[in-house]
Amino acid sequence: MQQEIIELIVETARELGEDELSLTEELNADTRLFGKEGALDSMGLVTLIIAVEQAIEDRFESPVALADEKALSQTRSPYRSVATLAEYAASQIQGS
Amino acid sequence: MSEPVTVITGTRKGIGRHLAEYYCDRGHIVFGCSRGEPGWERDNYNHFVADVSDEGQVKSIFSTIRREHGRLDNLLNNAGIASMNHSLLTPVNTVRKIMDTNVIGSFLFCREAAKLMKKNKYGRIVNFSTVAVPLKLEGEAAYVASKSAVEGLTNVLSREFAGFGITVNTIGPVPIDTDLIRAVPKDKIESLVERQSIKRLGQMDDVVNVIDFFLRAESEFVTGQSLYLGGV
Repeated sequence: MQQEIIELIVETARELGEDELSLTEELNADTRLFGKEGALDSMGLVTLIIAVEQAIEDRFESPVALADEKALSQTRSPYRSVATLAEYAASQIQGS
Repeated sequence: MSEPVTVITGTRKGIGRHLAEYYCDRGHIVFGCSRGEPGWERDNYNHFVADVSDEGQVKSIFSTIRREHGRLDNLLNNAGIASMNHSLLTPVNTVRKIMDTNVIGSFLFCREAAKLMKKNKYGRIVNFSTVAVPLKLEGEAAYVASKSAVEGLTNVLSREFAGFGITVNTIGPVPIDTDLIRAVPKDKIESLVERQSIKRLGQMDDVVNVIDFFLRAESEFVTGQSLYLGGV
């Protein structure tokens, strides 16, 4: 499932395009999303998280919260890369 | 442009019901909610039985709207409760209930609405305060505190959402003859009206007029404002 979500994140970022995310390169599993050398600015991250939540809900027909307390309180943020975000999303879907 | 999609909270009765009927009659597709069944119907009106402070229920309302329409144009955060009582005689549970409905409810609807409005880079959000806030009305401490929080929410969200083409404003009505004030003693209402510049009770049309203004596409440059009726 994680691989499927990685592809979904990449696809979602592509659909949002450069205008919404100020991205210069296409995302892949290893792309760092924010922080030092991160691909996104803070608003870009917000936009991507919301769009991925909606894309996951459409694909898996199950609402998922990627910005819940658990995600925001982890020492190692699940938002740091595409792969970690996908991993977190998969755990949320399986736990729901 | 297709029909505007509008969410209105607290539509079972009072101002919420009036607004729902008004915007349905003007061709909006209206999604309303209340804790109970509304007991009235309208073409273009869809009702959810929901508690506005329940995150899961609120998310599910917006999932349905996204599935069915893929967009949202307007949100009127009308649902609210009040309690007229001296603070020394106000149970903490009453305070919690007021905060849940008025503050948490408004926050959740603003957050979920903005996620949907953001897609089209267009949205109009109207939150509901009261003249009791600027009048510092005695006997309404919890209610005034909750509505002050709503105004604060409006102020910050207007900035956070500005880049998404979403405006967020607040209307502060004077007392209108609805259930909310029916339990308030007549002399209290009269003394409140006396503190307005224009000394009469509010009418539904006074509220509608302001909301119409906030919802206009041309009002794109008006955000983060609190507008009080009656010259308070």
